[in-house]
Amino acid sequence: MGRIEKKFDDLKSKGGKALIVYLTAGDPSLKRTYEMILGLERAGVDIVEIGVPFSDPTADGPIIQAASQRALKGGTTLPDILDMIEKVRKVSEIPIVLFGYYNPVFIYGNERFARRAEEAGVDGILMVDLPPEESGELRKYTDRSGIDFISLITPTSDDDRIKKISEKASGFIYYISVTGVTGTKRPEIAEIKRDMGRIRRITSLPVGVGFGISTPEQAGEIAKYADGVVVGSAIVRLIEENSNRDDLVEKVASFAGELKKFSF
Amino acid sequence: MQQTLPDKNGHFGIFGGRYAAETLMPALIELEGTYNEAQNDQTFKDELAFYLREYSGRETPLYYARRLTEKLGGAKIYLKREDLNHTGSHKINNTLGQALLARRMRKRRVIAETGAGQHGVATATVAALFGMECQIFMGEEDIRRQSPNVFRMKILGADVVPVTSGTGTLKDAMNEAMRHWVSRVRDTFYVIGSTAGPHPYPVMVRDFQCVIGEETKRQIMEKEGRLPDVLIACVGGGSNSMGLFYPFKDDTGVEMVGVEAAGKGIKTGMHAASISAGSIGVLHGNKTYIIQDGSGQVKDAFSIAAGLDYPGVGPEHSYFHETGRAEYVAIDDDAAVDAVVFLTRCEGIIPAMESAHAIAHTMKLAPTLAKDKLIVVNLSGRGDKDTGIISEKMGESL
Repeated sequence: MGRIEKKFDDLKSKGGKALIVYLTAGDPSLKRTYEMILGLERAGVDIVEIGVPFSDPTADGPIIQAASQRALKGGTTLPDILDMIEKVRKVSEIPIVLFGYYNPVFIYGNERFARRAEEAGVDGILMVDLPPEESGELRKYTDRSGIDFISLITPTSDDDRIKKISEKASGFIYYISVTGVTGTKRPEIAEIKRDMGRIRRITSLPVGVGFGISTPEQAGEIAKYADGVVVGSAIVRLIEENSNRDDLVEKVASFAGELKKFSF
Repeated sequence: MQQTLPDKNGHFGIFGGRYAAETLMPALIELEGTYNEAQNDQTFKDELAFYLREYSGRETPLYYARRLTEKLGGAKIYLKREDLNHTGSHKINNTLGQALLARRMRKRRVIAETGAGQHGVATATVAALFGMECQIFMGEEDIRRQSPNVFRMKILGADVVPVTSGTGTLKDAMNEAMRHWVSRVRDTFYVIGSTAGPHPYPVMVRDFQCVIGEETKRQIMEKEGRLPDVLIACVGGGSNSMGLFYPFKDDTGVEMVGVEAAGKGIKTGMHAASISAGSIGVLHGNKTYIIQDGSGQVKDAFSIAAGLDYPGVGPEHSYFHETGRAEYVAIDDDAAVDAVVFLTRCEGIIPAMESAHAIAHTMKLAPTLAKDKLIVVNLSGRGDKDTGIISEKMGESL
């Protein structure tokens, strides 16, 4: 059983919900990203999503766009991110999902990526621009490496589409709670409730909800209907505001602790 | 060459496809369905033909450029006068088609990205014509260098949104338009101006632009009784060139040359020549040649012609390149500026800076060919919008 599945199983048996936190790798540096992952684990975060920066992040709002730009300016590359994850894996069992866009992976080489990601201890990947129609060329390798392919469902997905996506999905379903890009709109609880019902009728995979969740209160409200909640832009903003401070890791961990305490 | 491309998911060989955010997938699939239906609907085809004829002024002439031919001293040169379309470029062929699709899908709001502003103007124009709300995303650098078109869009009632990310050019405008579309996908139709983007855009834009090549074929047969030897057109994303090339793709005796922008020179790295100097990658929803670094980060393109200033190219061009059906060359800024002046003084036609790249290559090629050879150059747009840049570049000499 993979780390992601095991995590959701453990939480389920305790009646808990997963707190999933997103960080852009290399913002402000890969060393800091490494420290923050461990700090987040200590604060009770269940799964981390590590964003692979890309020059043209068309699904991201201004906060994560800016973080990607900072990380790229600092010279962050996919191989370096995988090396960093390998170091984390030596001291931690926290499930790690790589989140990003396809081109950096494609250029690194799909087969080489799958092998290296497996070695480094990556548990899942989420490629924003690889819908089921196009994911075969990468999954040919990552499925063989036992890496979960986290798939997206959105408020615009109809039942047929949900079926098509979840048939091929593994690990968990990532439900995008707003029709929009990351960190811009506030999610509508009524819409989430309705869509969670639709998704649950079709798949038994755990469902994490993300995009636009920024406060412990919101996270708590949404966790009532989901198996997990993803917080991204709010964390990235906090990192931006404190990037030069010695206590960056503590600040981030303490906010994550609030999210966890309030809602899970 | 197969007639069946693209395949059902929009692939031209290994190129193309639908590398798009899930939020957009239902809209892309719906658009594909509507488009396929419309293609088989005589009412739609008649209506589009009506607007192309009565509103845009088609057909456009295939003009024998006698003085240009004589000065260059080689092949006989014809200019396909897309600059004579309403709004001043070939872009209206496509925006009329997409606006009619938007109406069919009951979307009252259209958005578009624009580089030189030609596609933005063409979109704002059809929005005014059909009473739709219109928002245009344009890089702030392009807003500066193509200000006449910005004023035109505003007069037409469009909201021009300046895009400040990246270098503030076409790639960034397209990123922002896609983000906006993700946020307003339910009520908004995204009018893409190039043979780029996720399926079905590359095939749809190609089909709407094919009127250029179809007319050319008929006109050259009337004038010369035979097909041309060479077709030449500039390639940014590649809509005017694909529109000219595609109807000739099975006529193996017809050579096709796509002219990319070499900017300050391929060697300087400041160029927009995706096929000539790029590599295969995935950008804006399709797999194609793009300009990128070794880590798969897309680099900023550079060209004096805002409409060519894009680090990717339509996937079907990549396919034509890979299969050898078309040849791709690059022309730098200086040669393009010279070509503007040369053509203008030769024929009294001021070409758009984009189209001038095709003219510049013609100036190189024509003298090397025999006088009985026929060249057709797509004069895709007029140069009024560029008079500022040209006088800046020429300084005192104008």
